Amino acid sequence: MTIHPRPDTVDVETSGRAERPVPFVAAVGLVKRFFGVTVLDGVSLSLREGEVRALLGENGAGKSTVINLLSGVFPADSGAIEVDGTPVALDGPRAADKAGISVIRQELSLFPDLSVAEAIFAGHLPITSLRLVDWKRVQQAARDALAQLGISSFDVRRPVASLSIAQQQMVEIARALTRKSRLVIMDEPTASLSPEEVGHLGEIIGRLSREGVAILYVSHRLDEIRAFCQTYTVLRDGRMVEEGDVAGVGNAQLIRAMAGRDVKIGGRRQAAAPGDIVLAVRNLAARASGRAPARVTNISFDLRAGEIVGLAGIVGAGRSETASMIFGIDPIGAGEIHLGGQRFSPSSTTEAIRAGLGLVPEDRKGQAILPERAVLENFALAGACQPRYRWLNDLTAEKLLFSGFIERLGIRASSFHAPIATLSGGNQQKVILSRWIARRPKVLIVDEPTRGIDIGAKEDVHALMRDIASQGVAVLVISSDLPELMALSDRIVVLREGRSVFETAGASASAEELMTKMTRQAD
Amino acid sequence: MSSIPLTTTHRAQTFTVLGRIAPLIFLLALVLLFAVLQPRFLMPLNLFNILRQVSIYGIIAVGMTFVILARGIDLSVGSLVAMSGLVAAVIAKGGIEGRFLLSADGTGCGWPLAVIAAVAAGTLAGFLQGLAVARLSVPAFVVTLGGMTVFRGVALTIGNGGPISGFDDAFGWWGRGMIGPVPVPVILFLVVAFLAHIVLTQTRFGRAVYAVGSNPDAARLSGINTTRVTTAVYAVIGFCSGLGGFVLASRLNSAEAVAGSGYELTAIAAVVIGGTSLRGGTGSIIGTVIGALLTGVLLNGLVILNVSPYVQQILVGLIIVAAVAFDSFVKRQSR
Repeated sequence: MTIHPRPDTVDVETSGRAERPVPFVAAVGLVKRFFGVTVLDGVSLSLREGEVRALLGENGAGKSTVINLLSGVFPADSGAIEVDGTPVALDGPRAADKAGISVIRQELSLFPDLSVAEAIFAGHLPITSLRLVDWKRVQQAARDALAQLGISSFDVRRPVASLSIAQQQMVEIARALTRKSRLVIMDEPTASLSPEEVGHLGEIIGRLSREGVAILYVSHRLDEIRAFCQTYTVLRDGRMVEEGDVAGVGNAQLIRAMAGRDVKIGGRRQAAAPGDIVLAVRNLAARASGRAPARVTNISFDLRAGEIVGLAGIVGAGRSETASMIFGIDPIGAGEIHLGGQRFSPSSTTEAIRAGLGLVPEDRKGQAILPERAVLENFALAGACQPRYRWLNDLTAEKLLFSGFIERLGIRASSFHAPIATLSGGNQQKVILSRWIARRPKVLIVDEPTRGIDIGAKEDVHALMRDIASQGVAVLVISSDLPELMALSDRIVVLREGRSVFETAGASASAEELMTKMTRQAD
Repeated sequence: MSSIPLTTTHRAQTFTVLGRIAPLIFLLALVLLFAVLQPRFLMPLNLFNILRQVSIYGIIAVGMTFVILARGIDLSVGSLVAMSGLVAAVIAKGGIEGRFLLSADGTGCGWPLAVIAAVAAGTLAGFLQGLAVARLSVPAFVVTLGGMTVFRGVALTIGNGGPISGFDDAFGWWGRGMIGPVPVPVILFLVVAFLAHIVLTQTRFGRAVYAVGSNPDAARLSGINTTRVTTAVYAVIGFCSGLGGFVLASRLNSAEAVAGSGYELTAIAAVVIGGTSLRGGTGSIIGTVIGALLTGVLLNGLVILNVSPYVQQILVGLIIVAAVAFDSFVKRQSR
């Protein structure tokens, strides 16, 4: 099955890029306003066949709007989108689909309960002469499409929900392939992938590109952009501020273009004198539930007051699961946790919180925020301040306390009563961190502290974590972003397949070494 | 940092304010409409009549607000009203002839004990349903659909299928009495609503109810005992249904097993018209009070205009949908 009618003239590697006369897709002078606020102001970009273009910009820079315009979610107020040199009206996702444009969204839009084969063909199921679904063909074609991506290992009858995020992404890409898409937009595709999976995605992007598929790669991660993309476009405040070839630009320049100012990244932490051991984890293992074997089998580490310890590991190594056991979400199967020298086995989050623990979960939207509730309420959710009366809220004290955080962290919200969903991701994260810091915890666990937040806010969050550590809080950080982990941690503990396999001082760690320990198969 | 101004525009702000008062606008529009079509509508006697009619399912709607805010639903309230009305009647009568006797002289146990028993019965029934929802993870819809049948059966068993009627004046005062020009049930409704408003807005429990409805996982991870909160909201609606059952028995001077049928839908309608989201997490008691009034005004107005009872049903259904559609339209615009 040939999925891409690839014009034989295209050869990105050898033909001079500038000479390609008509780009496959070109957006010219896109303008979009919402309620009178201009979110996109004259943005133009184009992709030739086989071109992989990075779209960069902080949150709120207009990247999502560009994606939505190109995929027909809503129309532009002015400007045009041209496909093969002719203006097209993308007046709905179906029109975009017809024009050969598909999107792989950050929050995968698949149908969790459908089988892989059904998900690949949803909305376009082939039918037999009796107008019934041709299941044989569906499954065969689904297998073919996955084989194109170099995946032959999984059963296309499995429900999508049983796949890992990376596999679900492959299913989405397979869907785009069967749609004969010529432009695939990938929105933060690597947000929840392990380094290995990122590598695989990179190979697939390379393969698609060689076959003539254009890719618009939206990401914050500069190393990936460097590895996967040929060209880039930077948006800031709804305008295009810079574009060019990735090969000819340095990271510092890209960051400056995005932020409009110099941002210092990767400043390592000043090693502080560590305090007493607050949390000691010894041979911790999870309890197997049902048929699934326990992911965590043997984890040991210490966490001292005033120290930041990073947990490194690929997805599935057992980082979040370890946090869940310490925080009383999941039962402990074997091993011990000691908190302040006492044996500690919390049976609920309430108990863990009372004992002085806090947890900022990985999934902010699903597990941390109350989207429709006021910022202040979100802040006070875990009991930020001791109320004067046991049963009543103490709004005055809450406002006073929260004002301090607003000022200190530069939280931007229109009022105490604005729903937290109206804030940017970075500001939401600051509110969630304040929720715990206000309780003056002994131990704060932060899972993926800066996922999906812009670079400026990232720095603020890092500074905040260093700050609370210097006030004596023991901080446990989980992050898939190695530079972040290295910049933040006093010590790094590497987990692999449910075991703690390596420990090093943050200051002397190298990314290569950590990556090796995270992935090495045999000891 | 992004410097795109995130301030809402004038238009969106207008709609935000409008969204908050949309049910009120709709209520006033209906009052105005009926007043123009039939001036008799605005007479104080009629207005108090509306309030009296509203008060019983209003009390239940207040309880329903807690449940819906916490992302639940309760279909059993009508049956709970019937059951607790019969419990109150049996206690007030001092027993059931020929089956069991509570007071030997046949004078009954008086209204205070009757209220306590009715409310206790309602609360206990609600609490049990809450336990099933929270601990056994049975969907609330299923638990309370079962409860709807079970408690109706309990009511039939208590009354042996028939009504229990004829209470003393002290008992009857709670449903038919007046304080000045104001019917007693109206005062009860307003007191219950006021207390509920305070609980939801000023207490930690109230915050927890909103939190559980908005994002149960986040609530649990922040140390809220979601099992306890869920159980509690069903106990609250059980309490309200028990009280409602007592007041209804008092007002009708009779308790019977068919009482209160359809109250679940009226109460849910009042809550939803009042702007509380069925998805949980947003809404208020003030909205529910307005929603209950709106439903009452509608029913009364149609009667006063001599609309056929058959057609009334059609109109009520349509107007409920229209009110909620208007509300969600306005809320969409404010985004």
